[in-house]
Amino acid sequence: MRVVIAEDHALLRDGLIRLLEAHDFEVVEAVDNGPRLVPALVQHRPDVAVVDVRLPPTFTDEGLKAAIEARRQVPGLPVLVLSQYVEQLYARELLTGGGGAVGYLLKDRVSNVAEFLDSVRRVAGGGTAMDPDVIGQLLARNTRDEPIGRLTPRESEVLGLMAEGRSNAAIASALFVTEKAVSKHTNNIFAKLDLPPSEDDNRRVMAVLTYLSSR
Amino acid sequence: MTTIQTAAPAPPLRYPRLAQPFLALGLAILAEVGIAFFVLNVVSVPLIAVWVGIPMLLVFVPCTRWFANCHRRMLAGFLGAPITRPYRQPPMKGLLMRLRTILADPATWRDIVWLLTNAVLGFTLNLLSAVLFLASVFYLIYPFLVWVTPPGVFDQPFGGLFTLNVATSFLMVPLGLVAFLIWSASGERLLKANAHLAKSLLGPTESAQLAIRVRELAESRAETVDTQAAELRRIERDLHDGAQARLAALSMNLGMAEEMVARDPAQAAALLTEARESASTALAELRDLVRGIHPPVLADRGLEGAVKALAISCPFKVDVSFDLPGRPPAPVESAAYFAIAEALANTVKYAAATNAWIQVSYEQEKLHLLVGDDGVGGATVVTGGGLYGIERRLAAFDGTLTLVSPTGGPTTVIMELPCESSSLKTTPSSGTA
Repeated sequence: MRVVIAEDHALLRDGLIRLLEAHDFEVVEAVDNGPRLVPALVQHRPDVAVVDVRLPPTFTDEGLKAAIEARRQVPGLPVLVLSQYVEQLYARELLTGGGGAVGYLLKDRVSNVAEFLDSVRRVAGGGTAMDPDVIGQLLARNTRDEPIGRLTPRESEVLGLMAEGRSNAAIASALFVTEKAVSKHTNNIFAKLDLPPSEDDNRRVMAVLTYLSSR
Repeated sequence: MTTIQTAAPAPPLRYPRLAQPFLALGLAILAEVGIAFFVLNVVSVPLIAVWVGIPMLLVFVPCTRWFANCHRRMLAGFLGAPITRPYRQPPMKGLLMRLRTILADPATWRDIVWLLTNAVLGFTLNLLSAVLFLASVFYLIYPFLVWVTPPGVFDQPFGGLFTLNVATSFLMVPLGLVAFLIWSASGERLLKANAHLAKSLLGPTESAQLAIRVRELAESRAETVDTQAAELRRIERDLHDGAQARLAALSMNLGMAEEMVARDPAQAAALLTEARESASTALAELRDLVRGIHPPVLADRGLEGAVKALAISCPFKVDVSFDLPGRPPAPVESAAYFAIAEALANTVKYAAATNAWIQVSYEQEKLHLLVGDDGVGGATVVTGGGLYGIERRLAAFDGTLTLVSPTGGPTTVIMELPCESSSLKTTPSSGTA
């Protein structure tokens, strides 16, 4: 799988390259600033881009903006954004770019190599990978008078994992239940949230996230 | 200057037209009462020589000040703006120090001068205004007076110059009209003239104004230094007890794993997992700490983005409206952000609200921040509380906080931060889709 990396810290950049190349990814380009990122993404059209939010020259949200811009030019371009902190505003901006295939993770998640690689592969495969922190904040919202308040604790748990972008199989193994139980829970969730059932994994996550973030 | 009010910041009341003549009459009477205060003060001063003057001054000067303060409040209604109290604070405790301050304070002497001018000029102006109105009423009902009173009372006006009966007394009515016209044209102006006259003596002189300002600045600076020192201590403590300790544990675990990797790979792997976890926790703590110092989203997106991010992470619906011509300077922006964040956090904690709104606008060289909610109300500014903290933070910038929170709600926190328009920058980085 071909990857473009944008990260300004040399150490982290090298670490990411080494990590990904050790797991059969091909790093086609690694840039260290925002302005070079958009052309790199548009030119290489990688299977997935791993982008740091904060990049030179402004050291603000240059990377995020470049990712959004690249996704505007190449719709559906899979981008996994890494950041030192998670901000729902940014998650929303990435998601409203349309076309799924986005991820937004805390940088620390890289340290859990298996989970990180799973996230990268998920985004490359057109799915989403949302940081548990973002989802946690969304689910922790005051839910008086909200349909989400009608969910059982187990269903909220399933919704959380679902919103991170995990498949039923992954949720089942994370919660130590059968896949059948998970799909029963998801159907209940869809019914309670008035979401029409859909076969598309990604659309269901998008639907949930859009529902959660549009309030 | 910081003000705490439990009601809306109402501008000084403007008196209704019809109340003015009676107020004027009252003020005229008070002007003569003032002579008593004048005399008491003036007599006290020479009596200092025989000591009796000292207790007399310590009693009469505060009385005079109270009397003057009553006038300051009343007259503010004619001026439409409050009259600042110009008195100096004694720098130290003690009766003699108080006496010294009183005697050295020009405001003391200006009060006495005012008592005298008020008794003459103020009295005249007030009385004229009142009499014009009363005369107009008097002449307008003149025929009625002639009719109801026995002969010899009202039927010989102007010192018995001529005699009237009920029919001819109607000739006096036009006088009432004339008086009314003069009063309506000049009555309020006379009272305003009196108020301005009083303000010139009761208000602070330029140097007193500066002295008041210096006092406020010294207070707010001392507080700013205190809060900043406390903040630094907090950061130091958090770093020392949190991230630093965790990183130490992390490097210890790594060292042990290094030593163990050949001997007992399984144990080494467990230590590495532990090390990774403490690295994550250290990062999380650093993240929180950074957010408390200067939230990254504020640095990235400025006040608007940061406030929107706050609104999104709120458990209820928050409407955000922004009307800023540019980005305020970083310290002001940061103060504004933390003020809004704290006010919103208060709402989340206590208000039981279902809706909140944040408005940020710029007007008259001031940043106006408003945080409102439809919650239960009853919020107060208590020392050490969240709102008090905001107030202290804003005071460092000469900002003010006004709280309107009747029991039962809704609550509105209005904050103002001075910020010159020349320091507002337009940023090229704003406006991402």
